Amino acid sequence: MTRKRRRLYILVLFLLGLGTATALTLTAFQDNLVFFYSPSDIVAKADVPYERNLRLGGLVEMGSVERVSGSTEIRFRITDLQHTIPVVYSGVLPDLFREGQGVVAQGRLGRDGVFHAHELLAKHDENYMPPDVADALKRAGHPQGEADPGR
Amino acid sequence: MHRFANPARFQRLAGAILPWSAGLTVLLSIVGLWFALVASPPDYQQSETVRIMYVHVPAAWMALFVYANLAVASAIGLVWKHPLADLAAKAMAPIGATFTGVCLITGALWGQPMWGTWWVWDARLTSVLILFFFYVGHIALTNAFDDPTRGTRAAAVLALVGVVNLPIVKFSVDWWNTLHQPASITRLDAPAIHPSMLTPLLLMALAFFGYYVTVLILRLRHEIVCRKLRALRLTQGMGAPAMVEQGGS
Repeated sequence: MTRKRRRLYILVLFLLGLGTATALTLTAFQDNLVFFYSPSDIVAKADVPYERNLRLGGLVEMGSVERVSGSTEIRFRITDLQHTIPVVYSGVLPDLFREGQGVVAQGRLGRDGVFHAHELLAKHDENYMPPDVADALKRAGHPQGEADPGR
Repeated sequence: MHRFANPARFQRLAGAILPWSAGLTVLLSIVGLWFALVASPPDYQQSETVRIMYVHVPAAWMALFVYANLAVASAIGLVWKHPLADLAAKAMAPIGATFTGVCLITGALWGQPMWGTWWVWDARLTSVLILFFFYVGHIALTNAFDDPTRGTRAAAVLALVGVVNLPIVKFSVDWWNTLHQPASITRLDAPAIHPSMLTPLLLMALAFFGYYVTVLILRLRHEIVCRKLRALRLTQGMGAPAMVEQGGS
């Protein structure tokens, strides 16, 4: 075995080992690497994380947005089309906030099952198109712009 | 492949490519920017803000692509001890760091109006920041030793360690839920982006690629000249201090 061949083998072994170690670590910390939980994730937890700081993500349920007059408070429901959690938020809304749009709320889930958000971020999907194309798709009844609720 | 790895052959080949890559970069940048800023429609959701994409996405692609180049050059340098590969790695790192920096900055500028935040610690954003740190670490390590070959070897090992980060950056949006949306172009079905917006994106990506090739050739030539000067200085030793001063480093 020449020295070059030996260095090549060492390099390949090193990369394989490093890759395996990284894959195992990332798998072990799966639950900590997600940026937010979906309503289904929270419902599925054996120990529902009441009164703990967490992020809840999903779609703003159609027809669920209620503005409280005289304040910046807003109430809506976040859904992943399987489970739904009501949210209360008070503050500035991102430009993209609208019904049917993906959002990520940071806050606490109260014992009453209402999520009290103190920060609200909009999440957009990977579809890009001009407005007239979106209109044409909408008229044709195409489900455009429907975000994947798992993301 | 070894035929092109000879520095003299490289200089001839680079000299032939350079005017073309430089000219194409200028041309593609002008056409690409015109399409990106004027001749493409606003987005149905994000309206005019979507135009940040035409800089952000090519920069992100190049950040990953240059790192892959850096890793291959580092592996060739470590295993086959090829001097040109070592110099190429040294020449690539600052270019890649710049692309990554542009990607991070334009991403923050895009995130503020659309998501409502400059920065979040989600898997995509964090892994790109780590990519940036690998580049910066590579540059620092290359220059950290008096003996350049030691710096080159240490930096090459670092570059190879960073390879595990590349699939994490690419697939972070699929493996974990993130604030960043998943890929629009590289997916199994058709791209989720309208042709009128795909055209400026691809033109800008080609412009960025041309810029990379051009700057890489210029930097690599500079590194080869520096290497020759160093060799000259070492062979002439103390005998010609005046020339050493002129050569600089």
